[in-house]
Amino acid sequence: MSLVEVTDLSISFGDVHAVRGLSFSLEAGGALGVVGESGSGKSASAYALLGLHRGTGAKVGGSVRVAGVDVQAAGDAELRGLRGAKAAMVFQDPLSSLDPYYAVGDQIAQVYRVHHRVSRRAARARAVEVLDRVGIPEAVRRSRSRPHEFSGGMRQRALIAMALACEPELLIADEPTTALDVTVQAQILDLLHDLRRETGMGLLLVTHDVGVAAESVDDVLVMRSGLAVERGPVAEVLGTPREPYTKALLAAVPRIAPAARAAVGADPVAPAGRAAEPERTGAEAEVLVEAADVRQVFGRGKSALAAVDGVSLTVRRGETLGIVGESGSGKTTLGRMLVGLLEPTSGRIGRAARVQMVFQDPVSSLNPRRSVGESVADPLRARGERDESAIRARVRDLLRRVGLDPEQYDRYPHEFSGGQRQRVGIARALAAEPELIVCDEAVSALDVTTQAQVTALLAELQQELGLALVFIAHDLAVVRQVSDRVAVMRRGRIVEEGPVERVYGDPADPYTKQLLAAVPALDPALAAVRRAARKELAAA
Amino acid sequence: MSGFLLRRLGGALFVLLALSVVVYAAFYVAPGDVAQIACGPRCSPAQVAQVSEQLHLGDPVYVQYAHFLQALVTGHDYSTGTGVVHCQAPCLGLSYQSGQQVTQLIVAKLPATASLAVGAFVLWMVLGVGTGVLSVWRRGRVTERILTGITLAGMATPVFVIGLLLIIICVTALRILPFPDYVPFTEDPEQWAWNLLLPWISLALISAAPYARMTRASMLETLAEDHVRTFRAYGVGERTIVGRHALRGALAPVIALGALDVGSMFGGAVLTESLFGIPGVGRELVEAVKQVDLPVVVGLVLVTGFFVVLANAVADILQAMADRRVVLS
Repeated sequence: MSLVEVTDLSISFGDVHAVRGLSFSLEAGGALGVVGESGSGKSASAYALLGLHRGTGAKVGGSVRVAGVDVQAAGDAELRGLRGAKAAMVFQDPLSSLDPYYAVGDQIAQVYRVHHRVSRRAARARAVEVLDRVGIPEAVRRSRSRPHEFSGGMRQRALIAMALACEPELLIADEPTTALDVTVQAQILDLLHDLRRETGMGLLLVTHDVGVAAESVDDVLVMRSGLAVERGPVAEVLGTPREPYTKALLAAVPRIAPAARAAVGADPVAPAGRAAEPERTGAEAEVLVEAADVRQVFGRGKSALAAVDGVSLTVRRGETLGIVGESGSGKTTLGRMLVGLLEPTSGRIGRAARVQMVFQDPVSSLNPRRSVGESVADPLRARGERDESAIRARVRDLLRRVGLDPEQYDRYPHEFSGGQRQRVGIARALAAEPELIVCDEAVSALDVTTQAQVTALLAELQQELGLALVFIAHDLAVVRQVSDRVAVMRRGRIVEEGPVERVYGDPADPYTKQLLAAVPALDPALAAVRRAARKELAAA
Repeated sequence: MSGFLLRRLGGALFVLLALSVVVYAAFYVAPGDVAQIACGPRCSPAQVAQVSEQLHLGDPVYVQYAHFLQALVTGHDYSTGTGVVHCQAPCLGLSYQSGQQVTQLIVAKLPATASLAVGAFVLWMVLGVGTGVLSVWRRGRVTERILTGITLAGMATPVFVIGLLLIIICVTALRILPFPDYVPFTEDPEQWAWNLLLPWISLALISAAPYARMTRASMLETLAEDHVRTFRAYGVGERTIVGRHALRGALAPVIALGALDVGSMFGGAVLTESLFGIPGVGRELVEAVKQVDLPVVVGLVLVTGFFVVLANAVADILQAMADRRVVLS
């Protein structure tokens, strides 16, 4: 009998049918990746495996069998016996997934004691044992820490330790690395890989990131709007996809390898490779913004922290400068200083152009109580434009320019999808007729297909209006796709800067090498090679 | 942690200083003949002149205030014409109408009020938090609706209605309790408790209601958090989730509110004290206001403020000890 047997699963929240007629199975010890964009029903399906929809108002139909338990029919006690003991789950946000008030070791021990009749002391010892197994240094001491005293990666390790505590047959991981930096993501994926080999447990990995799936699973199931689109061995589905949706999804994924990029940009009209048109951003182009040895220090005295610590760079007309870095590297602070939202603590920023910004979260960077048209009109009003009909005409023009229907002037942000909202954000930035736009993680919150559309829009606008872009992101592949030059940041400094082809193709700085080695590969074979390379780098 | 402690206590001291400035200004810098008001309507011009002298009313305002502060810290000697009265620190001045020192007046009334406040506090916390937990535990069922109804009724009922009802039932009809008559704890602890039982219960019944609501709301919020989902996904039972994780996360605002309430209750529970004839600070305040006994009113307001600020600081420090993230932020 299979470890997981899902037949004709349907889940609906009120009128919304999140999952429709989903069937799949997973053999003991196997690894299945469930891949899809937001709203595809992948997480809802994973929750159904543990019966977590029970008592929430969601309607679940069909049958779910996990480790011999009929989840739909099981009583509460039987279900509790399944949860954690036979099938354990790891969640997306490791900080909020642990109770902030209790020590990490105590929380693991508590879970262990739910399923095993042992003393507190024995449970505590087990907690330390599994924490040690997942690579928490000084496990005895750290087991007494609360979650907030752990780094993001350590928290996720702790959560995995909790999952391991009862030696489950199945591990369900719901976007386990989405909240983590790319190097930490690689460590966690490697850990899951090793644990699976060591314990023989099955893995069901839910992710929006095709690369993460390619790294970790044998089979992959592609989902879209609650339906299974395609299922098969990971190399086959990712290598030779049969379904049009899978093909489109894969085409939208930004690549880090130049060969793959050429395949994506296989458009005969506009050979998209940036390298093909170097004259456009020659060194003689006019300098728009120049930062000279800027520093930004937050806090005072002992707690002072230099978020940006002596950075110099220039942005020239028409070019795209990518800034990559992990969380806390100072890239956003630098972006804010370039725009003028923050005054540098020391150093100088020379601006010879109008600069605008596009923010990461299109939901919170638009006022929910004002229509999108009014939001776009803000910069016009701020510049002193008083003629209402002129403002309206210009805003309609801008909305059309970013691919929105100008008739949507009076609609409110919640009526738009994430990608559309980001288009509104871009329209708002364009309203002030900038010569440089700083995009701070402008596409990070979007699904890959939407992401591809928005980056395409930015590239188009750039060509048409001769804009310069500063593209700040943590995603190395996206940065590579859109940038001419790239600066890699770490701890407030730029560790490496140069043309994308050079930095990605032949990185000089060890940190850049480490970052590039951590990016998940789309090809499982390549992923295995990368994994080996990471081990080597770590050993070195 | 010690840095946090210092900062928190320093902040409390600052609030108290600010409060004393405001209170002093409100009463002594207000228009009208302060000496005449403080002394009372039956004072002779000579007595008024003496009061004016004792309060340093001839000096600039900040000097007056400095004298007031100095008396608080080091004590003060008042000349009465015939001799000298020493008012020990913390000296809140003299009540010219009763001829007593304000500090002694308040200190004499504090034990009764403190007895009432602390007892009622313990009772209403247990009752309020207990009701909140129970209604979360039985959420969506009849029990929850009944509890919510009772809580709402508790919030809407004035203390004297509940107090009178309790007196009628327990004292007049069933005769199981004596009519409350305050007995100091130091005299007879058992009688002290028996006599305070009704005031405690009445005060607790009405005070518990907001705590029940807040505990419930706060716990429901915690139950919606991700970490609760984690423990559900690991087979932890509902009882542990509600009792251990949800309650723990919900207590912070409840404790903060409790500190505020118990602190202000040290300034006197006017209605309850009057109803049950408890010789406490609250009744003293009513009397002082009625007779416009300025020094006593000022003293009482400051003492109440002191207890509120103190209770708040204690609550914050407890909070920080329980949750170290507080110290970091």
